[in-house]
Amino acid sequence: MLAYYLDLALRSLKRNKALTALMVLAIALGIGASMTTLTVLHVLSGDPLPGRSGTLYYPQIDPRDNSGQLPGVEPPEQVTLTDGLNLLHAGRADRQALMTGGSVPIQPDSSAVDPFYVESRYTTADFFPMFGTRFRYGRGWNAADDEAKAREVVINGELNERLFGGADSVGRNLRIADASFRIVGVLDDWEPNPHFYDLNTGSYGRAEQVFVPLQTALDLKMEHNGSNDCWGRGAGGVGRIYPSESCVWLQFWVQLDSSSKAADYQQFLVNYSQEQKALGRFAKAPNVRLRNVMQWLAHERVVPDDVRLQTGLAFGFLLVCLVNTVGLMLAKFMRRAGDLGVRRALGASKRSLFGQLLVESGVIGVVGGVGGLLLAGLGLWVVRQRPSSYAALAHLDGTMLLTTFALALGSTLLAGMLPAWRACQVPPALQLKSN
Amino acid sequence: MKLHPILAALRKHKAGTVLISLQIALTLAIVCNAIFIIGQRIERVNRPTGLDESNLFLVTQQWVGAPSADTADGVEKLDAMQREDLAALRNLPGVTSVAPINSLPLLNSSWTGSMSHDPGAKLGGNDNTRTAYYFTDDQALDTLGLKLVAGRAFTAGDVQHQGFRDQPPRPIAIITKALADKLFPNGGAVGKVIYSDGSNAPTTIIGVVERMQTPASGSWGNDFAWYSTLIPTRLDANFARYAVRTRPGQLDTAMRAVTPLLYKVNPLRVLDDDSVRPFSEIRAKAYRADVGMAILMGVICLILVAVTAAGIVGLTSFWVGQRHRQIGVRRALGARKIDILHYFQIENLLIAGIGVLLGIALAIALNLWLMTRYEMTRLPVSYVLVGVLAMLVIGQAAVFVPARRASNVPPVSATRAA
Repeated sequence: MLAYYLDLALRSLKRNKALTALMVLAIALGIGASMTTLTVLHVLSGDPLPGRSGTLYYPQIDPRDNSGQLPGVEPPEQVTLTDGLNLLHAGRADRQALMTGGSVPIQPDSSAVDPFYVESRYTTADFFPMFGTRFRYGRGWNAADDEAKAREVVINGELNERLFGGADSVGRNLRIADASFRIVGVLDDWEPNPHFYDLNTGSYGRAEQVFVPLQTALDLKMEHNGSNDCWGRGAGGVGRIYPSESCVWLQFWVQLDSSSKAADYQQFLVNYSQEQKALGRFAKAPNVRLRNVMQWLAHERVVPDDVRLQTGLAFGFLLVCLVNTVGLMLAKFMRRAGDLGVRRALGASKRSLFGQLLVESGVIGVVGGVGGLLLAGLGLWVVRQRPSSYAALAHLDGTMLLTTFALALGSTLLAGMLPAWRACQVPPALQLKSN
Repeated sequence: MKLHPILAALRKHKAGTVLISLQIALTLAIVCNAIFIIGQRIERVNRPTGLDESNLFLVTQQWVGAPSADTADGVEKLDAMQREDLAALRNLPGVTSVAPINSLPLLNSSWTGSMSHDPGAKLGGNDNTRTAYYFTDDQALDTLGLKLVAGRAFTAGDVQHQGFRDQPPRPIAIITKALADKLFPNGGAVGKVIYSDGSNAPTTIIGVVERMQTPASGSWGNDFAWYSTLIPTRLDANFARYAVRTRPGQLDTAMRAVTPLLYKVNPLRVLDDDSVRPFSEIRAKAYRADVGMAILMGVICLILVAVTAAGIVGLTSFWVGQRHRQIGVRRALGARKIDILHYFQIENLLIAGIGVLLGIALAIALNLWLMTRYEMTRLPVSYVLVGVLAMLVIGQAAVFVPARRASNVPPVSATRAA
């Protein structure tokens, strides 16, 4: 039966080539535009660490003075060095890491290679187990190495490729910013997007190549990059001049394995704030937040507004294309009332007519979907050529591929529903008579 | 031409009429809002910075192993290094003037603070006006091409220097006219005293420049986009920026000469590909996203209008085919070709009329919704009116070909079976 309907559909579509082309093109354009923008939105609002992000939290406390601050304002988005170290040493979470970003010159031994700058992260030891970084060789350092200001370094796969041709470089020495470091670990390809743990150095495509223990980096005054927010007489924070004590410039992350632990930790932050206020360091009543990764990304509005706007626009466009298709199909099916009347008179039920017409709109959906997929591929290629930071991430994955097809087929079947139903209502006798 | 027969015919094609009206309405709503967004972006991109942007480039460089800016001795050493660079750049052939400066308009690296009428004002207080500082020297106005509208420019004797983190008093400043008008609405800002960043030390306004944008190109800087303050102070740190103006036509030559020249002055520094950039590049980079968004929206609008026009052509063609015989009957009864043409044109005008009425409501609703979610202002009536007119014209253009075909139906077809 389906084969017969398909045959009928193809014959009918062939009869009006221009119109068929118009419907297919409209669907393809609508699907192509929606899927391009939806894929970009999907990539940008994705979970950077699936399976882990629910237990990772970003504590915020408010050490600022009272000047000009209204009640109810958000606490700063980072922590001061003192608070960061206090919270780290309190060790109230399952895991915790204090970190900040920077850039460092790599000075290869061979004089054939000129020194070059790479992005770096200065962090305490729990960074690696907490964020589940995969290691190709070796491992991270431990808390004792942190305190001992150990000259140890973890590099990523890209840098390992560049310096050692991808060989196991654990145990070898590397000169960074005029100091000698021992490589203890080489990361596998590990690049969480968005770059959730420090959004100040760019939200997408910004994985660091070098990881140095925080205390070591501070000791050597390695170059710091990122945002510094200061109040009162706080200042500084360019290059090797570190920000003063009334500036926030480090990120502190914790892992809390259950929601009761999260509630306890929030209480701990309140207690800590009160304690610091009693000591005279904090001026305000406790003002704390504890957001997990996805909440933090939503709060920071990581996904650019323009991307949301584009997606909305594309779906509006798809809607117009679908309305267009409904109108054209309706006109077309009604024009065929004569044929349909004959089929009805010969004994076909309304249901089988309805099925036949839906097959016809389904064919348009499938062809439009394939066209839309090609256009989406082209659209994403165009997005990748653009200079935005997330450009390289714009690829169709399996989910989006299926979504494209489901969207194309579903929307055209839906669009075919009304015209098909209307066409089936035609009384057979009337049609036969009028001809 | 009476409307009655047209309305009667449309009533027979309710679903088709409703759908095409709906399509016109949606198209109008989307295109109006999209064009409004495009217009806003173009307006942003085209606003002048107040600088003479041609023949201007920026050098950003960093010293390796530089002395600390936290000690008085280190500050003096850094300042000497900076003066050495400035002298070398000023002697470069083709260069007319050079000024050290911490940032430039659209560079997105800003030092912001606040201005107050009273000493020791708390940050964030009511009396404060937000401003972006440019720390520079006596050649700033010439180098940047700023237009002085009141008071005087800085002289060499005005210029101080300070470590990056120090906060010495700022005895004098030049501000923009926008900032002067905000601080002193009654005019006469020159010679008046203000207090910067909650300081107790007075700052005297010695000059007012016509216009100078702040470094922030993003929307967060919109509130104080024209509130710039120039301070005659060289900042000393392990990095420095120099704005360089060249004679017309000598920009490229001078830019190429900068890197070797600075390495010759002092080899212990880092200059990379991005270190020497013409201002045109800074502008292009700042507005890249806006331009991209405007192009994308423009393309989608064009396709959207094309799809709607094609939809009208398709649907009307069907109706013409369907009414082939009726048209023949009308022709046989004495209707002229032009009457048939007008019939379809008026029919389309009616459908499009319903569509645009609905579209106006949808466009306003969409605009209101966008205003709640994004930074957007109210859609001006002119955009809607132009959109309405455009949709009606497009409708008429789209209907013309099928209507002409209808008018060419011979009267004899009345006698043939459909």
